[in-house]
Amino acid sequence: MKKGYYGQWGGAFIPEVLQATFESLNKAYAAARNDPSFWQEYVALMGNYSCRPTPLTYAENLSRHLGGAKIYIKREDLNHTGAHKANNVMGQGLLVRRMGKKRVIAETGAGQHGVATATMAARFGFQCTIYMGEEDVARQRPNVFWMEKLGATVVPVTDGSRTLKDAMNEAFRDWVTSMDETHYVIGTVCGPHPFPEMVAWFQSIIGQEAREQIVQQHGRLPDRVYACVGGGSNAMGIFQGFLDAPDVDLIGVEAGGMGIDTGQHAARMVPGCGASAGVAQGYKTMFLQDPEGQMLDTHSIAAGLDYVGVSPILAHFGEQGRVRFESATDAEVIAALSLAMRTEGLIPAMESAHAFVQAIKEAPAMSPDQALIINMSGRGDKDIFTIAHAFDDPSWKEFIVKRAEAYR
Amino acid sequence: MTRELEQVLRTRRVDKPILLMTHLVVGYPSLEVNRAVIRQMAAHGVDCIELQIPFSEPIADGPVILRASQESLRHGTRVEDCFRFGQEMAREYPDICFLFMTYYNIVFKYGEQNFLHRTRDIGFLGTIIPDLPPEEGQEYLKTSKKLGLAPILFFTPTSSDKRMREVAGQGQGFMYCVARRGVTGGQTAFDSSLDQYLERCRRATDLPLAVGFGISSREDVALLTGKADMAVIGTATIRLVDQEGAEATGPFVAGLLASR
Repeated sequence: MKKGYYGQWGGAFIPEVLQATFESLNKAYAAARNDPSFWQEYVALMGNYSCRPTPLTYAENLSRHLGGAKIYIKREDLNHTGAHKANNVMGQGLLVRRMGKKRVIAETGAGQHGVATATMAARFGFQCTIYMGEEDVARQRPNVFWMEKLGATVVPVTDGSRTLKDAMNEAFRDWVTSMDETHYVIGTVCGPHPFPEMVAWFQSIIGQEAREQIVQQHGRLPDRVYACVGGGSNAMGIFQGFLDAPDVDLIGVEAGGMGIDTGQHAARMVPGCGASAGVAQGYKTMFLQDPEGQMLDTHSIAAGLDYVGVSPILAHFGEQGRVRFESATDAEVIAALSLAMRTEGLIPAMESAHAFVQAIKEAPAMSPDQALIINMSGRGDKDIFTIAHAFDDPSWKEFIVKRAEAYR
Repeated sequence: MTRELEQVLRTRRVDKPILLMTHLVVGYPSLEVNRAVIRQMAAHGVDCIELQIPFSEPIADGPVILRASQESLRHGTRVEDCFRFGQEMAREYPDICFLFMTYYNIVFKYGEQNFLHRTRDIGFLGTIIPDLPPEEGQEYLKTSKKLGLAPILFFTPTSSDKRMREVAGQGQGFMYCVARRGVTGGQTAFDSSLDQYLERCRRATDLPLAVGFGISSREDVALLTGKADMAVIGTATIRLVDQEGAEATGPFVAGLLASR
């Protein structure tokens, strides 16, 4: 198979001006991958800076409440900056240092990857510019605040739908000018080769840990593993721990938005979602696009899942039947979030709550000696503005109004 | 009768010290204005025109062409409209070499074979797809060759000599030499490093050299004369049409070529 391809998906559809940059990135990545001390350095950094290994929590109350399989939760929310995004950015940070570059750029939707990249840049002493759709800048002010306080420049993108894909296009435009001293820290397992493979490698730390932990706690491998899928990095992270075990079902949960049949969603892999094969943003995958290839607007309550494409690696696993895809609607996500909070005292990010939805649907029909893992890719409490808004909480609104008045 | 792009350009270069290629985004600001602009360009000696089929994610383009593409799509421009318009123009102006410029997804969704056959059938001479490097475009290159279409490939200042030779070996028609890093529409410094770069381009291929990205004045074109075969004006004409209307493009083009 051609390098950088997963079945028919992937590739590196890059303008000629980036050819040399990708050549040197491929070299640096291959050298790091062949050097065991690089991975050791990475694991040590994540242990010292980001609470790794993250626990695998047995959700006893939720399991009892649903009356089926034993539910275990992989706690990526306990990473520094509150999500699995830290794994990828710190790994790429080490690589950037090896390449001797001094500046990093990144795209961000909800701002999680932007905050994680800004944090990494502060830690490594890199200059940092974050591209973020104007609409997202308006929706996610707290994350913009943190990025700026961490020393990053946040550039609002005013083109296209003014969301994640447009931020990605703009980051590419920066990169074709600045590639000598700049590395583009792509936030997920998408984009041109080697990004899908490289980001999946950094995220594989989730699956490695989870496999060891579930065997320790449950005595054997789980029956099913659930993860939400936007670009797909947290899903690829945990799935890699179980790919070689065909009896472990891997379930990717996409953003069903207002419902698949409304067209207001961000699902690319479930039946009826309307996605089709395409080539954009440097790679080939399933995109939400019109028949002529123009990308469509997507919708999800969770900005981190609100994206037109999906990892080429996951598109391949989906096509092969190795990963089963499901979707969760915005309303189901809010209900699952409430249940997780009340039964376990856990506050999953709205992205992660998509994985909870499907596990909650399936667990009751499973037997108590079976086990499932939910990848809780991020924590929700830092998104209080978004979640309080989604809950339409009256006392929160009153607080905001009063606070706004005090600022007048 | 098939006309092959490289041959046409070589023949024209016999009488002209430098050729000129201009660029339009189909449907921006409208097909009517596109027609008027092309009429002006044809009357003032433009040799090649690249018609850009708008795509929603144009990563190699700067803000001017990006917005033009979005506007055109917002008006509802379809790929079919671009083919029809292209056919009309190719018929009306047989002396101009027309090429389609677009991104690979448009070609991919139309079907690579169908897209290229139709491009040839409407009288176009080639295609420019900036996000399709030769590594990914083997079928596209093969089909183009078979149809006598020129798949235009790129040299950039970051290309090594070895890379230039590899790429040029797979291109047809002419090599598009990107004058600087970055996206379309920015400034290019016309200095000795550009001369050295163009010398490297010249050594890497026998194909005609077209130079684009940041060319906007008579001085720019004059400086390229003798070093390249064709100057490419992209963003500058879109800006001009925005500011002064279609009628301004004829005098502008004539001015660019005043030194030739």
